[in-house]
Amino acid sequence: MSNFIDIGALGDIPQQGARLVKTAAGCIAIFRTVEDKVFALDDKCPHKGGPLSNGIQHGEAVTCPLHNWVFDLNTGVAAGVDVGQVQTYPVKVENGRVLIDKNSIATKAAAA
Amino acid sequence: MAMKLVVIGAGMASGRAMEHLLAANDEIYDITLFGAEPRGNYNRIMLSPVLSGQKSYEEIVTHDAEWYRSHGVDCRFGEIVTGIDRIRKVVISAKGETPYDKLLIATGSSPFIIPVPGRDLKGVMAYRDLGDVNAMLEYSQRPDPRAVVIGGGLLGLEAAAGLSAQGMKVTVVHLMPHLMERQLDQSAGFLLQSELEKRGIDILCGANTKEIQGEAQVSGVLLEDGREIPADMVVMAVGIRPNFGLAQASGLRYNRGLLVNDQMKTDDPEIFAIGECVEHRGGTYGLVAPLYDMAKVAAKNLLGFHETFEPVEISTKLKVTGCDLFSAGDFAEAKGREEIVYRDATQGIYKRLVIEDNRIIGVVMYGDTVDGPWFLQKLKDAEDISEIRDTLIFGPNFAGGAALDPLAAVAALPDDSEICGCNGISKGDIISAINNGAGSLAEVQALTKASTSCGTCLGLTTQLTALTLGDGFKLPEAAGMCKCTDLSHQDVRKFIRLKALKSIPAIMQDLEWGSSGGCAACRPALNYYLVAEWPGEYVDDGQSRFINERVHANIQKDGTYSVVPRMFGGMTTPDELRAIADAADKYNVPSVHVTGGQRIDLLGVQKEDLPAMWADLNAAGMVSGHAYAKGLRTVKTCVGKDHCRFGTQDSTGLGIKLEKALWGAWSPHKFKLAVSGCPRNCAEATCKDFGIICVDSGYKLLVGGAAGMDLRETELLGTVETEADALEHCAAFYQLYRENAQYLHRPYKWIAEVGLDWVIEQIMDNAENRAALADRFFFSQSFYQTDPWAERAQGGEAHEFTPMADLTQVAAE
Repeated sequence: MSNFIDIGALGDIPQQGARLVKTAAGCIAIFRTVEDKVFALDDKCPHKGGPLSNGIQHGEAVTCPLHNWVFDLNTGVAAGVDVGQVQTYPVKVENGRVLIDKNSIATKAAAA
Repeated sequence: MAMKLVVIGAGMASGRAMEHLLAANDEIYDITLFGAEPRGNYNRIMLSPVLSGQKSYEEIVTHDAEWYRSHGVDCRFGEIVTGIDRIRKVVISAKGETPYDKLLIATGSSPFIIPVPGRDLKGVMAYRDLGDVNAMLEYSQRPDPRAVVIGGGLLGLEAAAGLSAQGMKVTVVHLMPHLMERQLDQSAGFLLQSELEKRGIDILCGANTKEIQGEAQVSGVLLEDGREIPADMVVMAVGIRPNFGLAQASGLRYNRGLLVNDQMKTDDPEIFAIGECVEHRGGTYGLVAPLYDMAKVAAKNLLGFHETFEPVEISTKLKVTGCDLFSAGDFAEAKGREEIVYRDATQGIYKRLVIEDNRIIGVVMYGDTVDGPWFLQKLKDAEDISEIRDTLIFGPNFAGGAALDPLAAVAALPDDSEICGCNGISKGDIISAINNGAGSLAEVQALTKASTSCGTCLGLTTQLTALTLGDGFKLPEAAGMCKCTDLSHQDVRKFIRLKALKSIPAIMQDLEWGSSGGCAACRPALNYYLVAEWPGEYVDDGQSRFINERVHANIQKDGTYSVVPRMFGGMTTPDELRAIADAADKYNVPSVHVTGGQRIDLLGVQKEDLPAMWADLNAAGMVSGHAYAKGLRTVKTCVGKDHCRFGTQDSTGLGIKLEKALWGAWSPHKFKLAVSGCPRNCAEATCKDFGIICVDSGYKLLVGGAAGMDLRETELLGTVETEADALEHCAAFYQLYRENAQYLHRPYKWIAEVGLDWVIEQIMDNAENRAALADRFFFSQSFYQTDPWAERAQGGEAHEFTPMADLTQVAAE
């Protein structure tokens, strides 16, 4: 069952930018697109561990800053010839606040 | 639920197989990995450089503890597997039983120990793993250490060269008449022997070992002919044999090795085997390339695909620095065979081609091996060489008359030749991408990533695409700047000017961008063009900058950053150095490095520490060095006439003035300067984007140098008489480059496009134009010459450096 909690205002994240949420099992990157859609993915590229929150965001995708792997923000799946997937987390925006599913984070922490 | 995969053997083959497997799917299997050595996987091919001291063990580790942990591999290193129960599907080891659904055997090979008396003495060792290398290094520390290496093949000679480099007196005892007889003919073997003897290694060919002498510890080696060679240690490097005792005991089929089919499967459908332990179609393997192929095939088949292993013809190279040799095919003399030989005695070059029925069947080269792959391809193709026989030995570059077809060189490359080194893409990969539907250069790049990293292989990739597509290929005349638009960089810049486009969304709207928000290639370029075109008006878009320029530090491989404060003209003070040292202490900087641009790099800084560290450096009067920027980097100087007895001008002073005037500017690519006080050129001004060499009569201005992926010497822009002139010309040149060059082109690339004459015309021949360029540059500087560190140290862009929430204490409900 989902259980959403508030992690901050939508305005805290720059458009086409990302902010981090710290968890017991590493950081989650919260992305905000130019259309104000919000996505949450592990801040760790499956290739060499690059911090995806530092990548350039375009459309609903982000390019890892280390070796230019591109990930779909919806699914976390790598594009093109690269094979890999980043964990995604349920996240939503209500009344200008960003909410993330607490249980999915707790599960992540327990699995680590 | 995940299936259980047990892997026996933690070597290069199984390491590669797990990589392929986990990259494709890390959920199908829970992996347990047994390894006899008390450590994870490392690059065994690189043991020779470790032995010779050119590399450390840490540098050759391919999978560290973190890799295994993060991929969830249960590691059982140092735990010997004693049996496999195939009925109950369990692996038996000291600590009990481990069940498997699939088993991967990669137990490698064992060194062959010749059965002579004394082979069990202390000090007799093989050359297979890190333990052997460490034991050898221990012996090399003794006073006047002596070693005998039995075996003059690839492995033995690498061991001998390594031990010799460690200061040991080494003798190689080789049974055959010349060295590396499996790879070299007599002449090449002789050249190799001379080279090794020059390094002080004794080589005894045709020498048969009778006994290894000593009480408990080795003291020497006795040969059949009665010679005795004193030795503290003996390395046996006479060959390897597949190691498959475990598989044999469990009843799997074997011959010389553990038998596998084309899918790398043993006769038990749940058990795969790869690497040096297997026998495939009658062959066993000892070189890494086919083992990697096996790993890939096994991984695919473990995932349920049907992949087939095809052995390919391989060539050999020796990893001894300075011994350049190449060998492939069959080069024995025989009836009906002819040979073409080229020798250059003074340079120690020897090349020999063995020809049968007008086809190359063998290649041996020593001293100059660059044409090796070209010959190898002809050998593999069984190409009829009668037409080119007269000049064949001189290789593909023989200029015999008419210019070669530009596509011939790439056509001649073997399929496995690496085209793109950054992404590991071979010619065959590109061809198969095209066969799978890629119909243009852009599509080849998207499917394979070839030429998308450093770009040095773009020419080759383009040629290969043209060659493979044939008539279907259109050379991209002025290629679109990225997949979002067909307009070229130059087109886009023109429209920005003509239509007065002043934001990224305006450009995308007006020029009908093919994507909603651009991509990681076009956005940084557009942002730069707007910065350059509309200083003071355009609001920089941080989200369109690469992370380094967004956070004003260089991202490192582990996600930490490096910080380089500016040192104008390479000058510093005790106070600045103290502040740097204090910052390094305070923020636990793991590495402090002196850069080639005459300043200091603090490496390994945590991102959240950056603003506080900058505040400290600012307090000591230092600003960002922009070591991360497509912009003004450094002005390197020599000490000039204040100190140097040859100095003609104040090169340091001019360097400081230039850097004070230019710092903070953005440009299409990085921009580096140097000022040398005399033609001895100690500041290396002749490989900079803009260099100045001081002479008695004034200043020689040099442009278009580079010492990066390409090495370019500068060309002379002109000569001026005063410092003020030098400064104005430099600013004008920088502005001309900033206004005209394509993003990510350094000045040398841009000059090659527009021509040096045009640049000289704009700067040297037209004083009015020069002054206008310099004015525009300094106008732009009035907005951009601000310290980005200070802005952030005072709280700017805080969202970059702090998390938005801390959920480390969250628990499920």
